[in-house]
Amino acid sequence: MKIRVNGQEVEVQAGMSVAAVVMNLGLAARRSVTGEPRGPVCGMGVCFECRLWVDGEGPLRSCQMPVREGMEVVTDAV
Amino acid sequence: MQYDLIVVGGGPAGMAAARAARDQGERVLLLDDNPGLGGQIWRGREDLRLEGVELGLGHTLTEWRGEAKRLILACGARELLLPFPGWTMPHVVGAGGLQALVKQGLAIQGKRVVVCGSGPLLLAVAANLRKAGAEVPRVAEQAPWEKLLTFGLGLWRWPSKIFEAVGYATSGYRAGLWPVEAWEGGVTLSDGSKINCDYVACGFGLVANGELARLLGCRMNGGLVAVDDWQRTSVEGVYAVGEMTGIGGVEKAEAEGRAAGARQRVTGNWGAFASALAKTFALREELRALATAETIVCRCEDVRWGRIATMGGKRQARLEARCGMGACQARICGPALEWMCGWGPENVRPPLFPLSVREFLRDRDEAGHPPTGHSL
Repeated sequence: MKIRVNGQEVEVQAGMSVAAVVMNLGLAARRSVTGEPRGPVCGMGVCFECRLWVDGEGPLRSCQMPVREGMEVVTDAV
Repeated sequence: MQYDLIVVGGGPAGMAAARAARDQGERVLLLDDNPGLGGQIWRGREDLRLEGVELGLGHTLTEWRGEAKRLILACGARELLLPFPGWTMPHVVGAGGLQALVKQGLAIQGKRVVVCGSGPLLLAVAANLRKAGAEVPRVAEQAPWEKLLTFGLGLWRWPSKIFEAVGYATSGYRAGLWPVEAWEGGVTLSDGSKINCDYVACGFGLVANGELARLLGCRMNGGLVAVDDWQRTSVEGVYAVGEMTGIGGVEKAEAEGRAAGARQRVTGNWGAFASALAKTFALREELRALATAETIVCRCEDVRWGRIATMGGKRQARLEARCGMGACQARICGPALEWMCGWGPENVRPPLFPLSVREFLRDRDEAGHPPTGHSL
């Protein structure tokens, strides 16, 4: 299936999390309040470092979110 | 909807509890905020089934409204992450965290990973990463060899664990070694060795996800939920099972889940196993002082150690420095600061996880009650 990450089309497998897709692309999920790039840490929904935006909604924990056909992901926005 | 039992958490403990209660004819609802059953240890396994149990997966429990006769908490544990210079860089991930992400589709084939921190989880992670095609040049365990040896010699009491330990035996394993600094493309360990890697998988053991138990008023015992031999907490009708009552692994979790689900006394000596683990992998003093003044401790609000160190306690750190006031609600910096400063556990208030205002308002019922289940 295909999703879009920051406007780019990406081929992904069903069952992947958005967090894993973003890491595979070498992207940080978000910016911290002082501007540091941050990526997923706990992988289980407790650390909130993997927050990003999906289909205009956010910030959402991407490690708890399976990919869906056509979803629009925006990183680096928090 | 009325249930005989609601189980919170779909890992080994929660699944065992739900199954045991179902077998006694109880109407059971099992909730988990992960999209699938299995918790962390069985994440991604597709053969897991819970027939005859109603499932609410992909939902975060934010507030308890009381619609069941019994509640079994099986909320598991999370990794203890300790701040050290560079630990907020994107290539530094939890040890169990990296394993979870691999199961979620992170491409690890051909990547170099340094696994470090403490606990038996490091060995399991290293073995699984290698199986998935990663190169693991070093596994650094902070506990000293002497303690590991004593622990190993005592394993005859839990034979299944010997096979597990042998299965995970790994090259590159060093005791008495820990990370001191992460930098772009690598990590420096306490012996001065600098290792290039794609990821640093670092966790200093596990801490119970005790927030819901504390919110309900369950008596705690050193970060763990206090229970009797039937897994009953201090609150009538509320039970706790698995890692929440002591970090002891999957057999302990299942034994406790079965007991609580069936209202029976727990069997086996897994409590002693949990104690032996805690003693063996107790953190060394040096780890209290890894952070420098510049090191961020609260990752949500970017509060640095130099600022926190001037604070008289948790409350002042919250009010004046915003430490622990971010989205994770101190789930990461809270346990770290408990260890580093001896500060008490965080107070817990609903909602247990952040809700957007829109979600909060959208699902109020006729009586004006806030929502009980949401994924964020």
